[in-house]
Amino acid sequence: MKRFRHLAATAPRLGALALVLPLLAFVTVSFLVPLGTLLSKSAWQPEMSRVLPQTMRALAEWDGESLPAEAAFAAIARELPAAREERTLGRVSGAANRVRRGMRGVLNRTARGLDRVEYAGSWRETLTGIHAGWEDAQTWQAIRQAGAPFTLANYLQALDLERREDGSIGRRPEESRVYTPLMWRTLLVSLGVTVLCLAIGYPIAYMVANSPPGRGRLLLVLVLVPFWTSLLVRTTAWIVLLQRQGVINGLLVSLGILPDDARLQMIYNMTGTFVAMTHVLLPFMVLPLYSVMRSIPASHMPAAISLGASPLEAFRRVYLPQTLPGIGAGSLLVFILAIGYYITPALVGGRTGELISSQIAYHVQTSLNWGLAAALSSILLVAVTALYLIYSRVIGIERMRLG
Amino acid sequence: MNQPAPHVEYLAVYKRYAESDWVVRDLDLELNRGEFLTLLGPSGSGKTTCLMMLAGFEPPTTGDIRINGVSVAGLPPDKRGIGVVFQNYALFPHMSVGANLAFPLEVRGLSAGQRRERVARALELVRLEDFEDRRPNQLSGGQQQRVAISRALVFEPELVLMDEPLGALDRRLREQLQYEIRRIQRQLGVTVLYVTHDQQEAMAMSDRVAVFRAGRIEQVATPEVLYEEPQRPFVASFIGENNLLKGRIVSVERGVCEVNVAEQRLQAAHIADLPPGSETLVAIRPERVNIAPLSMQYSNEFDALVEDISFLGDHLRVRLEVCGSSDFIAKIPNIVGHGGILPGDRVRIGWGALDCRALEAVAY
Repeated sequence: MKRFRHLAATAPRLGALALVLPLLAFVTVSFLVPLGTLLSKSAWQPEMSRVLPQTMRALAEWDGESLPAEAAFAAIARELPAAREERTLGRVSGAANRVRRGMRGVLNRTARGLDRVEYAGSWRETLTGIHAGWEDAQTWQAIRQAGAPFTLANYLQALDLERREDGSIGRRPEESRVYTPLMWRTLLVSLGVTVLCLAIGYPIAYMVANSPPGRGRLLLVLVLVPFWTSLLVRTTAWIVLLQRQGVINGLLVSLGILPDDARLQMIYNMTGTFVAMTHVLLPFMVLPLYSVMRSIPASHMPAAISLGASPLEAFRRVYLPQTLPGIGAGSLLVFILAIGYYITPALVGGRTGELISSQIAYHVQTSLNWGLAAALSSILLVAVTALYLIYSRVIGIERMRLG
Repeated sequence: MNQPAPHVEYLAVYKRYAESDWVVRDLDLELNRGEFLTLLGPSGSGKTTCLMMLAGFEPPTTGDIRINGVSVAGLPPDKRGIGVVFQNYALFPHMSVGANLAFPLEVRGLSAGQRRERVARALELVRLEDFEDRRPNQLSGGQQQRVAISRALVFEPELVLMDEPLGALDRRLREQLQYEIRRIQRQLGVTVLYVTHDQQEAMAMSDRVAVFRAGRIEQVATPEVLYEEPQRPFVASFIGENNLLKGRIVSVERGVCEVNVAEQRLQAAHIADLPPGSETLVAIRPERVNIAPLSMQYSNEFDALVEDISFLGDHLRVRLEVCGSSDFIAKIPNIVGHGGILPGDRVRIGWGALDCRALEAVAY
């Protein structure tokens, strides 16, 4: 009897679970698994040890200072041509080259050379005959490092760090730092865009929330209209407006405010990125703010004023604190979207308005260095997660209102 | 001897919002110091606008408002020092009850010690001593309203405005708080301008009631006078219940007029300045109507047809057809001997000449 009652209690719960299951499966298959796989590439690179297994095994016992034993030479001489046959050589040499510049040449030339050159008594002689690089212990170190299935190399590179000759980790020389300045710029731009969105969006949301219903709805539609237009179209519209021969420059020149030869450069730089991103992300700020403001009774401000507070004080002490959840939610949303924004900065940012996302795209699409792209993405993910945790600590995630 | 100026005066105040009709028309009203005056009227009759003009949130379109004989035109609302209790309490949800009460004291720059003392006193006044650290959303509706009232009083204003403060509460709680508001008002001696659409509430609490209709005051008087001597048909029908019979005045003699109603004659108190021949509405309270009286007891006696009877506990409500009206109401107290009437019966009804009043025949 007791068991039946227990069953009766669990049955609906199982039913509810079954309803959620399709979504759960969909999210897992289409989102979590690919994301996990991609992100794992940032630290997990088993290709090299899969292509050159015997070499890696032979190098495992090597002291790392003198040249490795003949067995290692023999193994790599066997495996390189095989890799060339199977067309996996490119990936291997690419990985090695990322550890030490010039390794691509060493490996490719050796693989080709082994077909033509006669065996010279020992594999060591044969290989050094093809490429002098094999007499350098650092070549072997590069292979061993690239072959380690688990590596922090991508993260080091993403953070502009390098492993010195003596094995210590230090920052790269300033002129060859690529990613940290870009990350700082991305953070600052995202912060700036968030502040701009807040500054512009707060009054808009206030106006929408405090208008009579008919006009309020119309204003809300105006806020939402950009959502109905393709992001590409919106961004391109800014190009039309802001470019040197564009509408704004044309207007300023024809009004005589600007001489024709001093047209403003407002696009393909930081200005363009700021303007277009603020515009595109503004609704994400307005909607949470609007939702919070609508729930604040209209009588609160008059009440505070009737109690003797000046309008400014009433706003600061009564209205503003009540909109904090909206400010938090909107800022978080805009900031998170801004930090990973790609299309808009790529189209209007030019060289100086470029953000970290374009580097990630470059490594995914062009250089095919997915490990580095994954490392950069992971760093972004960590930054956003940290932000989210701070928000939930300070304001409380249960108070977040997204509209 | 100089008569002291009334505490508050509305002088020929008109108000309209851009392009709309007049919301308040030709308002002249005086509040005496320590008085509890209620603005009573249906929603949209301009009561709240009157309140907001006095609080300073809306300027009058024309006319002047004076406090202690001094015009307050141009004085911003935060400088008027008037306590306001809003319809939905308007407690600040992000502050504790104590912080809500301390707010008006803080903006006035009182020291922490003074604030503590005043807040404690204000909470004591509404009997919520133990609730200082609660948040408003942890209180019941009645408790929230008491906090709102004590917040409007904590900075010791001489004048307090209340805009339908009990509208959201259930009946029992409302009656309890009516009593409590009245007690506090008497205890502190503050002047209160109170807005409600509930005539029972207005009658129960007020020293005087101003009946509003479409932006105009119909009559200002004590509850008793409003009930017993309504001057206009709207007041007669809005305060309590009245049967209104349309008729024409035939003759007037010593304060009593003869009225022709649906081919029949009745006598009524002649209170409006209506000459013979003019139209009139005769107002008769249902509880003043007697059923089955002894013959020749009343100056007004008619044969009536009983249409409907409802039993309401302490009284019976009888709907009659008489004098050309088919919904003439009579209330019969539930006393032994009145239970025998049935719908369809023909009965004789009657009432005294001074129990009904001939009013100006205007729409109501």
